[in-house]
Amino acid sequence: MIDWGAIFSNAAVELISPTTAAYALAALGLAIHFGYTGLLNFGQAGFMALGAYGFAISTLSFGFPVWASVLVGVGASVVFALILGIPTLRLRADYLAIVTIAAAEIVRLLFTTNTFDALTGSANGLSGYKGGFADLNPIPEGTYGFGPFEYNAYDWWLRIVAWTIVVLACLFTWQIMRSPWGRVVKAIREDEDAVRALGKNVYSYKMQSLILGGVYGTIAGMIFILPRAVVPSNYQTSLTFFVYAILLLGGAATILGPVIGSMIFWVLLSFFSGFIARAVEAGWLPFMSSVQAGQLRFILVGVAIMLIVIYRPQGIFGNKKELAFVK
Amino acid sequence: MSSNSVPTGKPVKTVDMHIGEAVPGCKKKDPILVVDGVSRTFGGLTAVDVEHLEVPRGAITALIGPNGAGKTTLFNLLTGFDKPDTGAWTFEGTPIGGKSAFKVARMGQVRTFQLTKALGLLTVMDNMLLGAKGQIGENIFRSLLPFLWRKQEAGNRVKALDLLTRFKLDAKKDDYAASLSGGQRKLLEMARALMSEPTLVMLDEPMAGVNPALTQSLLDHILNLKAEGMSVLFVEHDMHMVRHIADWVIVMAEGKVVAEGDPHEVMRNPAVIDAYLGQHHDEDLGEDPDAEKEHVGAIKELLDDEL
Ligand SMILES: Nc1ncnc2c1ncn2[C@@H]1O[C@H](COP(=O)(O)OP(=O)(O)OP(=O)(O)O)[C@@H](O)[C@H]1O
Ligand SMILES: [Mg+2]
Repeated sequence: MIDWGAIFSNAAVELISPTTAAYALAALGLAIHFGYTGLLNFGQAGFMALGAYGFAISTLSFGFPVWASVLVGVGASVVFALILGIPTLRLRADYLAIVTIAAAEIVRLLFTTNTFDALTGSANGLSGYKGGFADLNPIPEGTYGFGPFEYNAYDWWLRIVAWTIVVLACLFTWQIMRSPWGRVVKAIREDEDAVRALGKNVYSYKMQSLILGGVYGTIAGMIFILPRAVVPSNYQTSLTFFVYAILLLGGAATILGPVIGSMIFWVLLSFFSGFIARAVEAGWLPFMSSVQAGQLRFILVGVAIMLIVIYRPQGIFGNKKELAFVK
Repeated sequence: MSSNSVPTGKPVKTVDMHIGEAVPGCKKKDPILVVDGVSRTFGGLTAVDVEHLEVPRGAITALIGPNGAGKTTLFNLLTGFDKPDTGAWTFEGTPIGGKSAFKVARMGQVRTFQLTKALGLLTVMDNMLLGAKGQIGENIFRSLLPFLWRKQEAGNRVKALDLLTRFKLDAKKDDYAASLSGGQRKLLEMARALMSEPTLVMLDEPMAGVNPALTQSLLDHILNLKAEGMSVLFVEHDMHMVRHIADWVIVMAEGKVVAEGDPHEVMRNPAVIDAYLGQHHDEDLGEDPDAEKEHVGAIKELLDDEL
């Protein structure tokens, strides 16, 4: 018989998991890029990789404290954004898409190649960089919580920090988007020549937006590696596409959309994988091996997202009225 | 357009702005824009080739010419939206050739587009607010501190509402610009350009697609701009409008300025009639009776000096 209780509690755990927080933050970065400014950044995985490696390498190879490692990651992503933006932001929107998707792959391959093995650990990746972050934990040893949400002190510390960052990022984004700055970037999304004709430096605004959303992705990359190890194969283009799926699920030009979208995405993914694994065990799916079953969850999540996008194309938090005018 | 769309009241014309004969490229007593040797080619086609051109200050200047004459291309060049092959020009005495579009706009030379660019998913009010110059809250760091920009924003809002009322768009202020009609978008684009308090307004076919009732108010708005001390350069195909409000007319054909002058005089200039018919001068007009009728209509309109 299938243990529904376990399936549901495993799924519920994803609601506040640090991975959910990391994806929410990365998606919020894409909301700034795509939803508000209209920039097609398909390289969010690259920004996340820079955060992960920037933090891990600074800690492991150079013995930097946590704050300095964070700054290195953020600095790397600002440089990355400049490299991507300087040649492409003056061109049509599609050029940025092509360049970002390629650049993110280059970043991943650089971290994977054996040439820099001493620093990056090549295909094996990196681990053992969490000490500094754990040392900052003010929560005394022990297990806390109730039901499925029972964690030790480190896991609570990680969740608190991750979600605090997400909340702060939401507040920050909400504030700038309701300011005149936000009005300019939204206008750029609509028609950048019109904005230029009104005396705004469109190129500079696009660059600011690219950097800001990229830094969100970078910090998301750091949160992402705190409950696991750094593995280069995590930063494939599919990561960017999952983040886009979350963004569209929640609503592209919204603040809460990426957060709720990430929660739904991870809860659904966990639910389907738990359900399928147990269904295979129980012999409900005799035509399937457990390896095939592992892939099936992505198909089911894909179908679920398609249904939402078809029946609620503006996303969960998007404004229906706004969508009525999308050409 | 029918002639009943022409307003009846006669606006006060500015006269005597040029020095010497009213020939193409003639000097003006007080030019705001001076263009020298500007050319732009697209492949083998010379879209713009202007030797010398001066636009008078404090007046309404019309830029006319047949389709494809290079009017929009000249607008694009002068406002920094396109780069010329050769040439230089000054705005209020400052050379601005090669300056990027946003810098040109900041200097007070603001344009609208032939194909209207309303910012669809912004409200009408946000469209207007975007036009205001020197906004404190447009800096990303200061945008975080609303107390720095709230007062300025409130001031801009009052100004925007005043302009919207003048353009009869105040009832629409909270609607998305995408929900406006084509003519209302033209009005919004013009009102938005005025938010920046320009010194030279360049309007590319502001009346196209606007119904006669709105045309009337648009003409009044353009006349108002002049009354407020702005200079206006506008592209228009309707000769009645041109004659009615323009103080000076510049005629372009095949990229060149072929005639200039007072709106009534210039229409009698054989070069102008040539410009409008020149495209098909060598062809047998009889082959296409519709085209012929059109041409005859065009000449009649050009020569028709009833006003
Ligand atoms: N981007 C471009 N590429 C190639 N040719 C162009 C381009 N822009 C304009 N042209 C050509 O330059 C010439 C002038 O075009 P322009 O748009 O300036 O005409 P116009 O005077 O504004 O005409 P209309 O009254 O129809 O708006 C045309 O022959 C046009 O085909
Ligand atoms: Mg044109």
